[in-house]
Amino acid sequence: MSLLQSTRPLDPWRWLGVPALVAMVATIVFAIPIKVFSLQLPEPVFPMVLAFAWAVIRPSVIAPFVLVLLGLFLDFFWGGPVGLWGVSLLASYTVVLASRSIMTGQSRPMRQVWFAGATGLTMLTGFLIASVISLAVPNLLAVFWQFLATTVLYPFAHRLIERFEDADVRFR
Amino acid sequence: MRLSFRDRSNFDMKVPLTWTAGVAVIIAAVIGVALLLGDRRETFQVQAYGVTKNVVDTLSAPVSSTLATPGRWTGNIFDVARDYLLAGSQNHQLREDVNTLRAWQDKAIAVENENQRLRAVLGLKTDPPIPMVTAHVIADSRGPFADTRLADAGQGQGITPGNPVMSERGLVGRVIGVGHNVSRILLLTDIASRTPVLIDRTNARAILSGDGGPNPKLAYMRGEKPVQVGDRVLTSGDGGVFPRGLPIGVAVQGLDGAWRVRLDSDSSPIDFVRILLFTDFSQIAEQKDAVASGLPPLSAADAAEVAAKVKALSASAPPTSAAPPKPAPGAAAANATATAKTLANALAASKTQAAPKHPPPPTPATTPPPDDTTP
Repeated sequence: MSLLQSTRPLDPWRWLGVPALVAMVATIVFAIPIKVFSLQLPEPVFPMVLAFAWAVIRPSVIAPFVLVLLGLFLDFFWGGPVGLWGVSLLASYTVVLASRSIMTGQSRPMRQVWFAGATGLTMLTGFLIASVISLAVPNLLAVFWQFLATTVLYPFAHRLIERFEDADVRFR
Repeated sequence: MRLSFRDRSNFDMKVPLTWTAGVAVIIAAVIGVALLLGDRRETFQVQAYGVTKNVVDTLSAPVSSTLATPGRWTGNIFDVARDYLLAGSQNHQLREDVNTLRAWQDKAIAVENENQRLRAVLGLKTDPPIPMVTAHVIADSRGPFADTRLADAGQGQGITPGNPVMSERGLVGRVIGVGHNVSRILLLTDIASRTPVLIDRTNARAILSGDGGPNPKLAYMRGEKPVQVGDRVLTSGDGGVFPRGLPIGVAVQGLDGAWRVRLDSDSSPIDFVRILLFTDFSQIAEQKDAVASGLPPLSAADAAEVAAKVKALSASAPPTSAAPPKPAPGAAAANATATAKTLANALAASKTQAAPKHPPPPTPATTPPPDDTTP
């Protein structure tokens, strides 16, 4: 029975739809205007978890489009340039997808390094796009803080990968 | 590895999923780039903000508002706890502030009195008070590429794009998008934000440029040492986007040597803002209040005196005044022309105040002159 289940293609709703919704809800929650002892909440890029995990789990036709939609959501919700996060997330997704075979069988710390690298690529793409659009250089410290806040989300990506990596035997 | 393109048995085409996934990535990238190129965020015009963004703002407003309410309560609880713990030091600080402010109060009363008298002499038109709307902030983005806030007041409360937004301490930004009951505020720290400002001490002009960090830069400053650490920075009113004199913050020098501004609004709560219903200077000209400002007009004798001065200055000035003022023989003439223009404006203002728009009553033919307020 278990073998039969594992040979079925993954249900897109389970590994794409639900995590995407969770990422959107987390983004909204972290946008709450709250200040505690003059400190505000960090602003991590939650869809980055999905851009990394989806590329590691398996190639997909739907995932890139969902990523663009998530990027659009970030652009609209945060009030930034439309397309910035869609393109940035897609850049790291593409690189991770292309280097998927290298990552297979890697240890957790090594994957965490890969995740940090992918996050850095996303931030770099966003940095370049924002520079060109606004004709100004974004604050490097602010970019670094968001990079740091996003990098610590790796456990969620690891959990998603562990949950679905072996769900489709064709991509083991 | 060759895998079926689709699971239907009557579909014989076999394409590797990796390839189709690659094609999907390319198509998605094209869509993303097209969206990026089609965006016109830099203009911040009403039509550029777009219907889609307004719809998203309107839809996210109730969700964010619901989530923000417990967050606000939590913040209040922390504020109460902090106030309780720091009550002693706050009390000491407040006593010092009161002593300092008492001296400032005396100065302010004297300056206000002098100001009123001078305005009365010149018959100056003063800016009418700007109405404002208080709104709750329901979402706050503070990343390096976008710094905006969502407030729960919109067109229904008379808010329009371009309205300045203040916290209880200083300027926060301006409205760039408006829905029925929601508005999007572009913060001064946003990378696309450019605000004309002046240094209060030297009257030097600069452009406050956001870069996604907490302290926006002062750019395009002119003159020798126009700014020093601790100088107050205010809106200059240039361009008519903001009224002149709104407090922004204090000048500081960053680690990179660039002049930056520590924003006053940083030290105030972020859960509510005041939106000034101000669009540009034309609204002031359109308001009847600008004419009937409550200040007494010039008496007939003063008006005649001003007219004589204008005539004398106009006669002594050259016919053109296009050249910029410089410390040369032409400077006196240029100054004279500028003074003549000022006095002419003052005369026009006094005439506007003296002459009613409606036909005067048949009798008496001349109205009694108002009280002479000249000191």
